[in-house]
Amino acid sequence: MNQIPALIRVFAYLSILTVGGGMAAFPEMKILTVEVHKWLTFPQLIHIYSVGQMAPGPNMMMIVVIGQWAAGLLGAIVTLIAFFGPTALLAFVVAKAWRKLEKWPWRTSIQQGLAPVSIGLLLAGCFTMAKGAITGLETGAIAVGVLLVLLQYKINPALLVVAGAVIGLFSFTPK
Amino acid sequence: MSDAAAKPAPQVVETAAPAAVVSIGEIFLEFLIIGATSFGGVVPYLRGSLVTKRHWIDDKEFVEMLSISQSLPGLNATNMAILVGEKLRGWMGSVVAILGICLPGAVLMFAVGAFYRVHGDHVWVTAALKGVAAAAVGLILSTVVSLSKKALSHNFDFVFMAATVLAVNRLHWSVPRALVIVGILAILFHRPQGHHERSELAR
Repeated sequence: MNQIPALIRVFAYLSILTVGGGMAAFPEMKILTVEVHKWLTFPQLIHIYSVGQMAPGPNMMMIVVIGQWAAGLLGAIVTLIAFFGPTALLAFVVAKAWRKLEKWPWRTSIQQGLAPVSIGLLLAGCFTMAKGAITGLETGAIAVGVLLVLLQYKINPALLVVAGAVIGLFSFTPK
Repeated sequence: MSDAAAKPAPQVVETAAPAAVVSIGEIFLEFLIIGATSFGGVVPYLRGSLVTKRHWIDDKEFVEMLSISQSLPGLNATNMAILVGEKLRGWMGSVVAILGICLPGAVLMFAVGAFYRVHGDHVWVTAALKGVAAAAVGLILSTVVSLSKKALSHNFDFVFMAATVLAVNRLHWSVPRALVIVGILAILFHRPQGHHERSELAR
């Protein structure tokens, strides 16, 4: 079955939801890619999102994997364009106008108002993910540990995700 | 480009080589390098490369572009690529910048996808991924904390933040619905203060 049109629709839509970061689109991404189109399972979505945090570049490159699984190389390319195209175009068009609006008093209002909402979306995405990723005391401890280390020390977050993999390898491999 | 032409080279301060035209190839290569090396978050790498190393933009421009990138939908990394590319070489600059920054990660994740498909249910892989996913949750939480410290301007903002979380996770609102409804309330809460605007609003 040809999944290309569905990939374009879903990822172009998710693109516009990434206010304040890719995670804002995560709850919707779960519904559309897992429940509606069944391109992958929820644990798989969590896995590729998390692995994506170790990759360099923009941190939502995991979408390539969904496109690939749904429709091969073409699917991956189409997904990439659908996900980054709309916001890229918007940034291109709006940037100049936004710069000219520097003196417009509502500009600050919009920035200040969107800040808590976008952080809320990030947190909502995090909770959606935690439901699948935090399955017991051990995984909870890893999450809290990473949080505390990052708040306390200036350390590259990608290293901590790698550390998570190592801890996982030692603690979750069945004996 | 017309912007750059309109203002005669500003100030005496080390405004980084504004006249020199940056080639499309250079833009692509620089963003490709950022895309291939920026482990653990793109923004510091962008600054190090564009401001410190290349002098394509100065710090003030960088901060301004970043604030625009954060207000618009889209990832900071790709929005920054669009804005910087546009500033340097118009739409062609934007296109090669976003291509460059996305390409290495996309190729890498494509390989990861192929590998996972074959070995994803191996016990070692699932064990490692379980740890990775838990660590990623901690990473996102730390982003929430540091953004809250930086970006929230009023204590009441936590109410908007909580309302957004409840709307999405408990009431199962779609993200756009939560964004529009809570967003408008929050923007109105932060409406411009001061007498001029007040009297204008009253009319």
